[in-house]
Amino acid sequence: MAAVKKLINDPQTVVAESLDGFGAAHPDVVAIHRDPWFVTRAGGTSAGKVGLVSGGGSGHEPLHGGFVGVGMLDAAVPGAMFTSPTPDQIAPALQAADAGAGVLAIVKNYTGDVLNFEMAAEVADDVDVRTVVVNDDVAVEDSLYTAGRRGVAGTVAVEKIAGAAAERGDDLDAVVAVAEKVIANVRSMGVALTACTVPHAGKPSFDLPDDEIEIGIGIHGEPGRRRIPLASADEITELLLTPVADDLGLTGGEKVLLFVNGMGGTPASELYVVYRQARALLEGRGVEVSRSLVGNYVTSLEMQGASVTVLRLDDELTALWDAPVHTTALRW
Amino acid sequence: MTLDVAWAVDWVRRSAQTVTEHRQELIELDRQIGDGDHGENLFRGFSAVVAKLDALPAEPADIGEVLRLVATTLMSTVGGAAGPLYGTAYLRAAKATGVTQLDSHGVVALLEAALEGIVARGKATTGEKTMVDAWTPATEAAVTAADGGASPAEVLAAAADAAHEGAEATIPLVATKGRASYLGERSAGHLDPGARSTELILRAAAQAAA
Repeated sequence: MAAVKKLINDPQTVVAESLDGFGAAHPDVVAIHRDPWFVTRAGGTSAGKVGLVSGGGSGHEPLHGGFVGVGMLDAAVPGAMFTSPTPDQIAPALQAADAGAGVLAIVKNYTGDVLNFEMAAEVADDVDVRTVVVNDDVAVEDSLYTAGRRGVAGTVAVEKIAGAAAERGDDLDAVVAVAEKVIANVRSMGVALTACTVPHAGKPSFDLPDDEIEIGIGIHGEPGRRRIPLASADEITELLLTPVADDLGLTGGEKVLLFVNGMGGTPASELYVVYRQARALLEGRGVEVSRSLVGNYVTSLEMQGASVTVLRLDDELTALWDAPVHTTALRW
Repeated sequence: MTLDVAWAVDWVRRSAQTVTEHRQELIELDRQIGDGDHGENLFRGFSAVVAKLDALPAEPADIGEVLRLVATTLMSTVGGAAGPLYGTAYLRAAKATGVTQLDSHGVVALLEAALEGIVARGKATTGEKTMVDAWTPATEAAVTAADGGASPAEVLAAAADAAHEGAEATIPLVATKGRASYLGERSAGHLDPGARSTELILRAAAQAAA
């Protein structure tokens, strides 16, 4: 297979050069810290506000740096490509985000992310750190026999809604409770049409024949439920939406946020084709789609594919979702 | 006979050497049931440890200081799951070895502390196809050897032998912790990379003491 074309200078410096550009482009929103690398709000955390910190491997942009700003995160910690950040990076980010009211760490359920954030919280023992673990991916069986469901696109909803709770002045216990409530009510499932290529690997991370797709991928394209022949958008959407809606136990009468996320290489036009069918399927179950989000928010480099996320809403979660947000990737 | 700071330094250098020699093997083991970065991550981590050892102005004051250097360096350079697991193991071992000489029971205390750290961090137990399946029999064999009057070198040799058997015994297991657990039954038939690296590192400890 031919080498994948990429706009890079050196595979080893992609993350650093990208962060440099990100900071230079948006100095009104974010500040970039080097040695160790992390991103904070340009103005820091407001005094007395609970700080929100997230992080994980790079390659999923705009997650997480794109969600730093008023109404969402206070700091984000980028690791190497698809590799969790280390405790010596995370600990100063936790300290930087602390404005006296403690810090909520939002961690996606991958073993490396969980362990590194756990160690960082021990290192930053001057900060009152509470951690929530996002595990919205219904493709992985949550049982005694696995490391549990992975954290994927639902993380955006957790960061947005918990961020709004912190911004309105909730204390740490209350922000944790809101975050847990989102986690309990959000589910996702994704599909890959192509593999992606990590810059330093130089070749696709797995082989997917031209006429096949992988259902139930995580955000690195790692295997999910099964590999099937390429089907129509409506058929694929049903394969993603049905287990999500079933797992949430949606029976009709609920209000939900429907979030169709692109994996990086799929155009917006196709994401709206998926959205249209997912919405029709939800409405067919008697579910009201009262809020929507469509776009590339949690990506796997240049992978083609999408995920469908559904969040069951109540009045509180809806109000927090609607609250103002000013980040580089999400603002209203 | 006891082990001293020079032994600890030699152990670390031998660990770096064996991880370098087995880098590709560990990558390949991890590619089969994980994400293929174990060999690369450990190579990067132990290379950084050696660089720090080389830059030290003077020999560390005690064994714990050497192990603490390993712990902090691995934590800040390895990433993934292996960084926190090995980092915690060395950190706990460092706390148990704030001395200049280790007798056989001191070696046992080091190994027990390391195992406790791994279990506390990773929350795995034996039979889940993880490095715990090498560390646990290694520690048990060390206890038996020390109670039987073995020298520190003999204690470490017994631990390394038991780690080898424990690692080999992970092959038929189905993983229930870590990323390999996503493969379910498909994880059976493969040697666990963390158990294999544990065996390599304990063998390095024994060779440094021999």
